Amino acid sequence: MGRLNTAPAFDAPDTFYESLIEAHRDLSTAQSHAMNTALVLLLANHIGDLEVISQALAYARAAIDDDTAHQEATS
Amino acid sequence: MGDIDYQALEFKYKPHTDQRDEHHPITIVGAGPVGLTMALDLAGHGARVLLIDDDYRLSTGSRAICFAKRTLDIWDRLGVGERMVSKGVSWNIGRVFFRNEEVWRFDLLPEQGHRRPAFINLQQYYCEGYLYEQAAAHPNIELRWKNKAVGLEQRGDQVTLTVETPDGPYTLSTDWLVACDGARSPLRKMLGQESHGRIFRDRFLIADVKMTADFPSERWFWFDPPFHPGQSVLLHSQPDNVWRIDFQLGWDADPKEETKPEKVIPRIRALLGKDTEFELEWVSVYTFACERMDKFRHGRVIFAGDSAHRVSPFGARGANSGVQDADNLAWKLALVSKGLAPDVLIDSYAREREQAADENIMHSSNSTDFITPKSEISLLFRNTVLRLSKEHEFARKLVNSGRLSLPAAYTDSMLNTPDADDFSNAPPLGATAPDGPVTLDGELAWWLGQLQGRFVIALFCNTHIPDPARLRALQQLEQNPLGVKTILALSPALAPRAPKDMHCVVDRQMTLARRYDARDGACYLIRPDQHIAARWRKLDVSSVELALRRACAADACAA
Repeated sequence: MGRLNTAPAFDAPDTFYESLIEAHRDLSTAQSHAMNTALVLLLANHIGDLEVISQALAYARAAIDDDTAHQEATS
Repeated sequence: MGDIDYQALEFKYKPHTDQRDEHHPITIVGAGPVGLTMALDLAGHGARVLLIDDDYRLSTGSRAICFAKRTLDIWDRLGVGERMVSKGVSWNIGRVFFRNEEVWRFDLLPEQGHRRPAFINLQQYYCEGYLYEQAAAHPNIELRWKNKAVGLEQRGDQVTLTVETPDGPYTLSTDWLVACDGARSPLRKMLGQESHGRIFRDRFLIADVKMTADFPSERWFWFDPPFHPGQSVLLHSQPDNVWRIDFQLGWDADPKEETKPEKVIPRIRALLGKDTEFELEWVSVYTFACERMDKFRHGRVIFAGDSAHRVSPFGARGANSGVQDADNLAWKLALVSKGLAPDVLIDSYAREREQAADENIMHSSNSTDFITPKSEISLLFRNTVLRLSKEHEFARKLVNSGRLSLPAAYTDSMLNTPDADDFSNAPPLGATAPDGPVTLDGELAWWLGQLQGRFVIALFCNTHIPDPARLRALQQLEQNPLGVKTILALSPALAPRAPKDMHCVVDRQMTLARRYDARDGACYLIRPDQHIAARWRKLDVSSVELALRRACAADACAA
């Protein structure tokens, strides 16, 4: 039974972030979304544990719901 | 007593008395924070310095404001730190906001036992004013205003400089020329050199306002705030009730239009609320680049500060890294100039500071990429990180509103003696020596204050004091012409038994022993710029001597 780790895990967070942005360089937005999809699938398979993945899905969804609320409030 | 208005100070040009064959061992061009620090540091090491500047005034307006702990430690060594800190606004805390909410708060100096805070904010004109007054009073420094370097020729071991003055040009020769002449460095152009790097397509508005406000002394950074949607804003407190606000404008903004008061005032009102009274002190628009020269040394001409490297302002890595350049170069140049160390020691300046510049440019570029995302997807990642950071610790580590200036560790320096013993709980070799509270002759003092710009051999005596013969052998090292100071760091229990005729401090809370991972008998060799050059678990005088030779490149072959 796994638990999603949301504590910092990167030795060099900025290097990770820079390589993430760099990986998208010169892609159209549509291509970037496609690449992100592939990335999600690869990482999810690496994790394997459905319980962990379910928590990640819930947290990710919550972040987006918050944002939708923000956009509705300000529009 | 009120403060001097340093922005209004004008220095008299003194007509040049015609000297045939005028020669100076060391000439510095540019009396900004880096040139002035360089002059003071060299002078403190006993070198004679000529400092020339094409202007006759100090900095005006809002330029560098954040001075880091490391810079303050350096200025303490030069005797100007206290003035800077008493005038400046000290701060350790930063807050990051996304839209309406605070997403995280960071403390840049979470531990006690350091003389100086993580940062002070101080207008550049105060910083230059204090450095100038110290330099003007120093017998080893000659300052010449309205003296503009216009021509430069290197022949063998000499540089011939042509200087223009209101009375016409003159020439002088110098053994070493230090170019602290700023981002647009005319000397760099005279040598046919240029800086390489990235120019960022964004513009920022600086507005300095005078007001009484109850914001705390902290660094506040907003991403996409309701009062400046879609852009970022940075707020800093400065002395004299002046607040510096940086508004991101985007690349398409018109700098002329944006600096008009009718355009600026509503932006500030949106942040402060319509009832806050304020006066506009300064407005300008800037763009920035991250770039550096390929090589900081060109024969007898050495580049330092903005002339050698530039960064974006996020992270306060500009002036702070320039002051560290001075800190690195001054002792080396003083030794080489006196014939106490070989020329190759100056190469170590270039290598160490080029590497430091790369580190600063990397951090500064990363921050800029986060603050001004270049694509839709990059913006999406950025905002998602910010959204997640409210709830999740891992995302806070990815939020990058500027990674604030820390000194580089010269881990691969040719001046280091690689560790033979394990010091994995101490800072890496080549890092700056940590500070700590000590007692000196019964008075409270700070460890870094004892190092005094000399090579220091620190011996940690936690449980016993070495026998007199070993202490004498250690003290013999003080005869070395390089200028060596030996210090015993005693545990409180050993304090009553402090050997006479030796420099001793009491590590009163054992903070130093902890920070240096120093068990009884550990020994450190610290360079004049306070970087760690070598260390051992046990004192062996001949190893110390070898390490000392290595730390001034005495055995290095010219590469």
